[in-house]
Amino acid sequence: MTVPLSYYLVLSGIVFLTGVIGVLLRRNIVIILLSVELMLNATNINFVAFSQYLHNVAGQVFVFFALTVAAAEVAVGLAIIIALYRAKSTINIDEFQLLKW
Amino acid sequence: MIEQVFFFYFACVIAAASVLVVAAHNPIYSALALLIMFFHVAGLFVTLHAEFLAAVQIIVYAGAILVLYLFVVMLLNLRHDDRYHRQWPMAAAVGVTLVIEAVILTAMKGWATPVVATGTETTVEGTSNAGTIGDVLYSTYLFPFEVASLILLVAMIGAIILAKKDLGEPTES
Repeated sequence: MTVPLSYYLVLSGIVFLTGVIGVLLRRNIVIILLSVELMLNATNINFVAFSQYLHNVAGQVFVFFALTVAAAEVAVGLAIIIALYRAKSTINIDEFQLLKW
Repeated sequence: MIEQVFFFYFACVIAAASVLVVAAHNPIYSALALLIMFFHVAGLFVTLHAEFLAAVQIIVYAGAILVLYLFVVMLLNLRHDDRYHRQWPMAAAVGVTLVIEAVILTAMKGWATPVVATGTETTVEGTSNAGTIGDVLYSTYLFPFEVASLILLVAMIGAIILAKKDLGEPTES
């Protein structure tokens, strides 16, 4: 094992930080969901790296569950985006300031 | 040596593609950058001897989730608008704080020390990666597996209800 575990953690941290910045910075809701996907993938890299280095397969099983939750999140999130677009015909997040309209 | 070369290639492309996802003007370019990132994460999984997850990553993420994103982006016919939110000072503050924290933690703890295998479910030698995952998934993690199927069912019903057009009282506008 020539690549240290720290390298994987640094890579995962970079990707997660990019996702956080994307969620905070972008105004397009689709891009915000894509940034959430980035964060989920960063955690997946962490899980698989630890699973390999600890010789424990439980990490890979948890990646499996994270994938399931990501699929569910995408389905519901995109349905919400379509409903929002029908209501306001925009998906710019600055337009959605009220809980009810 | 060859592992390090592969790791640095995958790491550089993953980092660049994730920055491109956040920075791209066009949402379609963002989605395609995410596709590149998914493929390289799958390659990283292969170098970590998680072949089953690499295949699942490509099939589920690149095959299903990203197609769904592209479908919605093209359905909504988005125009280019202002990219960045007005709260960018707050985003910069959070980002700088996290970077400083990461640097401090790295400097304090140094690089990771070699770890010893303490896992309870160690990988069984002689069986494939997919076989090992299947064994653990259907024995130790059987209940979470069933809960995951329930989550998928709820998400499916929720998506159908949310995206249905005439639900409840018809809106006037």
